[in-house]
Order: sequence, then structure tokens, then C-alpha cells
Amino acid sequence: MKRVNRFFWALAAPLAAVLFTLIFVSIILLMKGANPLSTFQLIASYGSQPENLVAELNQTVAYYLAGVAAAIGFRMLLFNIGIDGQYRLAIFIAAVVGGATNLPAFLEVPLIIITGVVVGALWASIAGYLKVKRNISEVISNIMLNTIASGLIIYMLQPGRFGLKGGLSDNLATPTIPKSGWLPSLHIMGGELYSFAFVAIAVGVLYWVVLNKSVFGFNLRATGMSFRAARASGVNAPRMVFITMALSGAIAGLTGMGELLSHTHTYSLAFPTGYALTGLALALLGRSNPIGIAIAAFFWAFLEQAAPALDLNGVPKEIVMMMQGTIILATVTSYEIVKRITRRQQQRLVGAAEAPRVDADAKGVKS
Amino acid sequence: MKNSLGNRLWKIITSPSRMMLTVGAVIIMISLVRQYTGISDITSPGAAGATIRFTIPILMAGLGGLWAERSGVINIGLEGMMILGTWFGAWFGFLYGPWVGIFAGAIGGALAGILHAILTVRIGIDQAVSGLAINLLGMGTARFLSGVFFIGKGGDVNISPQVEGIGTFTVPGLSPFLTDIGSKHILVISDVAGVCAGFITKINWASLVLILALPLTAWILWKTRFGLRMRFCGENPVAAESLGVNVYRTRYIALAVSGALAGLGGAYISVISTGNYLEGQTAGRGYIGLAAVIFGNWTPAGVLAGSVLFGLTDALRVRQSTSVHALLLVVITLALAYGVSKFRKKDWKGFIIGLVIGGVVLAYYLINKVVPDEFVTFFPNLTTILVLAFLSQRLRPPAMAGAPYRKGEESS
Repeated sequence: MKRVNRFFWALAAPLAAVLFTLIFVSIILLMKGANPLSTFQLIASYGSQPENLVAELNQTVAYYLAGVAAAIGFRMLLFNIGIDGQYRLAIFIAAVVGGATNLPAFLEVPLIIITGVVVGALWASIAGYLKVKRNISEVISNIMLNTIASGLIIYMLQPGRFGLKGGLSDNLATPTIPKSGWLPSLHIMGGELYSFAFVAIAVGVLYWVVLNKSVFGFNLRATGMSFRAARASGVNAPRMVFITMALSGAIAGLTGMGELLSHTHTYSLAFPTGYALTGLALALLGRSNPIGIAIAAFFWAFLEQAAPALDLNGVPKEIVMMMQGTIILATVTSYEIVKRITRRQQQRLVGAAEAPRVDADAKGVKS
Repeated sequence: MKNSLGNRLWKIITSPSRMMLTVGAVIIMISLVRQYTGISDITSPGAAGATIRFTIPILMAGLGGLWAERSGVINIGLEGMMILGTWFGAWFGFLYGPWVGIFAGAIGGALAGILHAILTVRIGIDQAVSGLAINLLGMGTARFLSGVFFIGKGGDVNISPQVEGIGTFTVPGLSPFLTDIGSKHILVISDVAGVCAGFITKINWASLVLILALPLTAWILWKTRFGLRMRFCGENPVAAESLGVNVYRTRYIALAVSGALAGLGGAYISVISTGNYLEGQTAGRGYIGLAAVIFGNWTPAGVLAGSVLFGLTDALRVRQSTSVHALLLVVITLALAYGVSKFRKKDWKGFIIGLVIGGVVLAYYLINKVVPDEFVTFFPNLTTILVLAFLSQRLRPPAMAGAPYRKGEESS
């Protein structure tokens, strides 16, 4: 009975958030003179077409990794808003390294991937260092580091440094990675699914196992729950904070790697920005649970894939952006409310059990 | 005389006592640099005027950040509030004239500020999450509304119709006089005259009105009962509540003002700087305002100093990129002076840091002819990181800014 109750409340929060968002968006659509039902139908039917599904899955992989990166930070109460800078700097330098070397495939591909991971971890560890040694909020330092990363990338992408003028598009891009550094795609449903998806799955499994089944993971979660208690029991808590930040950055460095290895083979400014916000939103939606994040990531990619279709049908596609913002707020709000409801229930249960023993004088005292 | 309002205000604005001395030293240094490099644009009236135009939006965002953080709530949503300010400013400015537009920008920002307050103060969700989501919502809302309202009115999905301008004023007599002295290239005198001429020549009325927010903020926060209570909420909300301060209501007001100030900054950009709304025109100035708050150690005078510094680099970058390069000489001098002062105190670590930074920048100065635009763009952000890294012991943020607070519960 208790179990069912807990399960109900765990699901109630995200469902309430989605419901609230749908209602909110419907009102806006009605104000715009569009039919909400047919709009949602349009999103659903466009998003579930086979050729779009593959594109969504590829996008899901990138979002998923950003979400896991954010989730690692959350376990330590770290808010890694720097995922954006970490991922772009990582992919950029990985692309430069890949473009400059030409090793056999079994070395080249790992080289590129490891470069990304290391760069992401290093860039994130600046914020980690400032947090641990200087007690500076990682949110502020990461926001600043994101802009610095963007500036550095644009600077280094200029022709004559590491960039080339692209052939077809006029975008600045890094030299193309040789074929040995390409990762094949799977041909399914008329689309090409990046095989990097398997790496993402492995990362998800690793994340769950390390966090829940290892001493390291236990220490990490303990530090996140109570810095002081963990420290008192012998955990080097500041070091754990630093490592968590670096780990989060390392995973962030994998975001977008699928696209680099299987699709573009070069870094250009066309690589999307804003993964930090998305990653954090997905980690919040999925409650830092690997499967939860995966579902949320797919949902997110699904919505975004449908955005262009909305424009063609006279509905502004920005409605998707508003939907995402609303979902974040609604989710966090409903989790907070559910947390309070369940806590009150527990207090009532405890109160009922204790009631016979503690009587009159306890009455009137607010629990 | 001693306790006159003007005197008090002056004291507040110049609260760090060495500020005047520093300003004087900086003026002399810049003057020498101008003389040495021959780049006279650095202290020209035009550059000073441009600095004002670039400083005001950052200052507004910074003051918004100051209000929020002093009341104990971190406002990362400043950027989103600014975006709403640019949109509301441009649209209502187009419909009813520029002054109404600026007012509407403040309302737009304040609405987002109140949303932030409901979410973080009443419901108690994480302040960073709420702020970031507000940035996303602000961006999405502005885009959505542009698509709905601008098309067919002379605008498009990312650009609004033109807003009519607000007049400027020039102090007659004095302005041409100072400009004249400024163009004579006399050491220090011409520089001061040139900059002063910039401050009184073709100044937009809106600039003059908005800049009043600075003394007003200083006065409210440090000289009124409400301000004392507000800062109390930022330092120790539990104690404040126990002494009868309504923490929730105080924070609601603070965040509404914070959003309104950011909105004013946004409206200034769209109505005054460009004359219309352009998507992405805030270009992260909300975050730079946040940086100015940290740079300024959570004081109005400091926020002003940070905003001017960041606004100046912005202005010089846009006008003439060699100016920024010339100003590297100031950075080099400051770094070396820092090193020497540490040397005299036998602080070897500080000595080496000063020497290394000075040396690296000097080498860069000698090798290159210009500072790349990309570096100038992230200069405020880099400065903030460096300030945080090296001066964090001296910074004193409000003790409970960012901490969740619920009425009747001990903060955990």
C-alpha cells in the first residue's frame, strides 16, 4: 500500500507538469487563433514518422549525454550550467586533433573521443577548482566560462589558425577528419542512426552502476546529501566535489560526439548551443535517473523535430521553446509541491503512531 | 552641511575611500597612454558618449542583480528580463512613443521578476533553475510575440518596426569649449576635458533619467528603513523574520524592482541604442550585469565601476579596435605596480603573479597590433573569473544569497 502510494506520487509530479504545460500552451494557441488539439496532433504525427524518428534518436543521444552530465552534478548539488562551453570546446579540440592526425581507425576514433572527454573534464575543473578552493558558486563561474569558451572557439576557428573556409556553406570549420576517424551509422527505418548511441547506452549503464554500486558512488551521494556528515565520516568532501565537476565535464565532452564522428566530421559554428539548459532540464525531468533522462531526452527531441512542421501550418514554432521553458518550471514546481505533500503525509503517519504516547502537551504545537 | 542629503549621497557613491585616488591615477595613466600611442579616440568626447550608451544597459542589469542579491535571491534570469524589456520597449515605443516604451520595458521585466519571486520565494524551487528557465521563457516569449505582432506592421519575426527617438541635450557654451580643449592634446587636461565634453554633449534624456536609478538604489538600500530590512533578509532571513520583517514580501518587492531595472536596461537597448527590437540584441548583457555585481563587491559604487569598465571596452571595440590594444598598456602598468607593491610587502607569490601577468600582456602587446574582437567580447567574463579567483577573500556577498528560505523552518 505504502509502495503504491510512493509510486503514485513519483509519477504524479511529471504528469502534472506535462498536463499543466499542455493547458498553458493550449491557452496561448487559442489566443493565437490556432486549434490546440490539431496542433498537438500535428506534433505527434510529424514526430512519429519513421524518417523523423531516426533524426530524433540521434538528437536524443546528444541530449541524453548532456542530461547525464547534469545529473552527475545534481547528485552533488552542483549545478553544471557550463555543459555548453565544456561540450563545444571539447568537440572543437577533438575535431582539431582528429583533423591533424591520421592513425588507423582503432586508434583514431578513441583518440578523438578521449580528447573530447579530457578537454571537457579540464574545462569543467576550472569551475571545480574555484568552487573548492575559493568557495565560488559554480553557476557564476560556469556562465562566465561559457562565454570565454565561445570567444576562444571563434578566435581559433579563424582561417590561418585552426579553421578553414567551408566549401558549400560559408561557415568556418576545422579541417575534415580523415576516414579512419569516422564512425559508421546504422541504416534503419530509412535513416542513419549514429552508432555512437551504443556509447551513450554504455555511459548510462556505467553512470548507474558507479553511482549505486561502488564505494566511490556511495561517497559521492553521501557528500551530496550532507557535506559535513560525509566529511566527518572520513570522506574527502572537497575532493569529491572537484572530481564530480570534472566527471560531469567529461560526460559533457561526449555530447555531440556522435554528430562529429558519424555526420559532420568537422566542427563548425553550426554545432548547436544551449545544451547546458537542455541537459539540466532533462536531469530535472528524469530525476537524475538514467532511464528517466532517456525518456525525457526523447520527448525533448520529439518536440523539437516537430517544430518546423508547426511553422508550415501557421503555428509559430517558438511555441516549442515556450513549451520547454514551461515544462522546466512546471516540473520543478510540482516536484517541490509533491515533496511537501509526502513529507506532510509522513509526518502525519509518524504523528499517528506517536500520538498515544505523546498527548496533551503536544497538541497545538505545529509539527 | 555635514549631514545634508547631497553630502550623504556623495559619501555613498564614493564609499570605497580610495576610489577618488584610483580614478585620478587611472586618468593620468590613460592620458599617458593616449600621448604615447597617439590614439586620441580613447579620451575623445565621442568615445565618452559611446561609453555612456554601452554602460547604461549593463548598469541597469547590474543594479537589478544588486537588488535581488541583497534581498537574498540570486537572479540569473536578468538576461530573460532584459529580453522582455527590449521587446516591450520596442512594441509600446512604436505604438505610443519612446517614453511609454521605456516604461513598458520596465513593466515587462517586472512581470518576469514577479514570476521569479513566486517560484523561488513562495514555492521555493531552486533559484538557478528558475532564473535559467526565465531566460528560456523570455527568449521564447519575445520570439513568439514578434511573430504575432510585428508582421504586417513594418517588422518581421526577429525585428520590430522603428521607434521614434528621444531628444538629446547639450550644455551650451561649455560643451564646445571643453571639446575644443580636448582636441589640443595637452596631457591630462585635454583628456579630462574631452571625457567631460562627452558627458555633456548630445546626451540622451533617457540616459539622464535612467542613471538616476544608481543614486536612488544607493539611497534606498542604505538610507531607508526598507533598505535596511531588505539587506537584513539577504544576510539572515531567519533573524529578520523573528524581528518582524516580512521576508517574503520584501523579496517580492526586491525582485519586482530587480526585473524592472533589467527591463529598463533592455528597453534602453531597443528604444535608444538601436531604435528597434532585434532578436538577440541583449547579447548576454544580463550575465555581464551579474558580473558587474560581483566585480563591484555588491555595492552600488562598485557596480557602477564594473559597468563603466565593461561598457568602455564595448564602446572602444565598436569604435576603433586599436584603442583596446593601447589600453593594454594600462593593464601592464597595473599588473607591474601590483607586483612591486607585493614585493615591498615581501609577498613573493603576489610579486610573481603580478610580474607574470604584466610580462605576458607586455609580450602580447609587442607582438600584436590589435586585440582580437573575440577576446574583447569575453573581457568582462574573464575579469570576473580573475576577480573571483584572486580577490575572493575580499569579496563580501550577502551571506544568504541563493540559500533557500522557508518561513518557520531553520535554513538547512
